[in-house]
Amino acid sequence: MDVGILSYGIWIPRHRIATEEIARVWGKDGASMAAGLGVKSKSVPTVDEDVVTMSVEAAEMALRRCHFDRADVGAIYVGSESHPYAVKPSATIVAEAIGATPDLTAADFEFACKAGTAAIQTCMGLVKAEMIKGGFAIGSDTSQGAPGDALEYSASAGAAAFLISSGPDIIARIDHTLSFTTDTPDFWRREGQRYPSHGGRFTGVPAYFKHVVTCGEKMMEAQGTSAEDYDQVVVHQPNGKFPLKAAKSLGFPREQVETGLLTPRIGNTYSGAVPLGLAAILDKAGPGDRVLVVSYGSGAGSDAFDITVTDAIADYHREGDDLVETRIAFNKFIDYATYAKYRGKILMGGGE
Amino acid sequence: MAGVRFWREFDTRYRMLATRCSQCGLVYFPPRTVCRKCRRRSVGKMEKVPLPPQGTVLSYTVVHQGLKGFDAQVPYVMAIIEFEGGVTVLGQVVDCDPEDVAIGMEVKPVFRRVREEGEAGVIHYGYKFAPPCFPVCVDESLASPE
Repeated sequence: MDVGILSYGIWIPRHRIATEEIARVWGKDGASMAAGLGVKSKSVPTVDEDVVTMSVEAAEMALRRCHFDRADVGAIYVGSESHPYAVKPSATIVAEAIGATPDLTAADFEFACKAGTAAIQTCMGLVKAEMIKGGFAIGSDTSQGAPGDALEYSASAGAAAFLISSGPDIIARIDHTLSFTTDTPDFWRREGQRYPSHGGRFTGVPAYFKHVVTCGEKMMEAQGTSAEDYDQVVVHQPNGKFPLKAAKSLGFPREQVETGLLTPRIGNTYSGAVPLGLAAILDKAGPGDRVLVVSYGSGAGSDAFDITVTDAIADYHREGDDLVETRIAFNKFIDYATYAKYRGKILMGGGE
Repeated sequence: MAGVRFWREFDTRYRMLATRCSQCGLVYFPPRTVCRKCRRRSVGKMEKVPLPPQGTVLSYTVVHQGLKGFDAQVPYVMAIIEFEGGVTVLGQVVDCDPEDVAIGMEVKPVFRRVREEGEAGVIHYGYKFAPPCFPVCVDESLASPE
C-alpha cells in the first residue's frame, strides 16, 4: 500500500525582525552576525498567536485543498517544543477547531526540532496498518532564545501540517523512512526554565552534522540512491549555513537545497522548519520529482524520508495565499522593543 | 468558571457554526435555538450551518484604550463583518495595521488566542478576522531570497 501526503498546509506569522536589529540592541556587528548565521530576518508571532493557532491554520489550509471528510481524520499529532500548556494537549484543541472530534486519537509530540517529522512517521504507521484513513502530522513552534544569546537571532515561529493517507489521490508518496537516534546533550530546556540552554560549538559536528549526514547516508544506502537521483533535498535548518554544509556532505549542490531553505528569511521555525521546507518544495514540484528529507532534533535524532511526487499534484491547488512564498512575502518588520513586547520579554508591573 | 462557560460555546467560537431556521432560512450568529420570525414553528428545527469562508468589513473602529489583556495590542481594530446572507459578526481584525482597514475590505476568519484566565488559567481561543495575504515588504532587500 502506498502511503503519503494527501494534502498540506502552512502558517508563518506576519511580523519579522531583522538580524541587524537584534544585533543593534546587544552591541554586536549586525552585518557579520547575519553573514555568520546566514539569517537576515526571522518571523515573530504576535501576542495572539501560538503553537495551537498556527497548527489550526495549517490544518485548515490542508483540509481546504483536498476532499477529505473531517470526521475521517483518525489521528492528530502536534510536534512542538513550545506547546502553550505544560499539561493539556495542543492536539485536542486543534482537533476541536477543525471539527475532527471525537472519533480520533490525539497527542502532543516533543523532540526539539524534529517532533513534526516524528509525527509523520507515526501517522504513516497507523495508515499502513489500516487503523486510520488519514491523520494529521503537524510541526509547529514559537521558539525563543534567551535575550542576547546566539539562539535569539534565529529562533522563530511557523507551522506546517501534513495530512497523511493512502490511495490514488496522494500528491506525494513516502517510499521509505528511517531514523538515527542517540543520547546527545547538545540543546535542552529543563522543566520550569523559560529559555533553552545549548552546548555552543558542541551543537555542530557531534550533534547536528553527525545525525543529519549519517541519517541521509543510511537512507541513500537503503534505497540504493545517490544525490543525483533526487530533484530536491531539505534538511533541518537551525541557521542558513548548516543545511548547505550538511547537504554538500551528502553530495547535493546548493541548487538542490535552496527551494526548501527558508531559514535565511524567516529564521529557524524548529518543529516547523523541515515541514515548511518540504511544503515550499511541494509548492513548486511536478509529477515524478523525488525529494530527500532529513530532519534533526536536538537530544538527538534525525528522521529521513524518500518522497516521490505523484501525478495527483497536477490538479492540486497551489496558488495565492496557500503558497509558502506568499506568506513569506506577507510581512511587516518590527523593532526590538515591539518584538520584546510581543514575545513577553518585558516585565510588566501591577499584577493581575 | 469562565473556562467551562467558554467550553460550551466551542462550536461557535472555534468554528463559527451558526443556526439556520429550516422554516424560513434565516441564519443566526451567535446561534439561536428559536427563530425570532417563525417562533414556535422553528422549535427543534434549527440546523447548524457554517458561515461562508469570507466576509466584508461593514464598519469598524480603532480601539486606543484596550480592554484588560489587550494592552499589548493597542491600537487594535474592532469591526462588524458582514457575511453573505446578511449575518453580521463583531470581531477583532488582525494581521494588518489600523490604517490598512477600510469599509468593504474582504476578510476571512482566523483562529487566534482571545484571552486567558491569568498566567495559570485556561487559554481562550476563538475567531478573529484577517485580510487575505498581500505582500507588504518594508525592506525589499530583507524579503528577497538572497
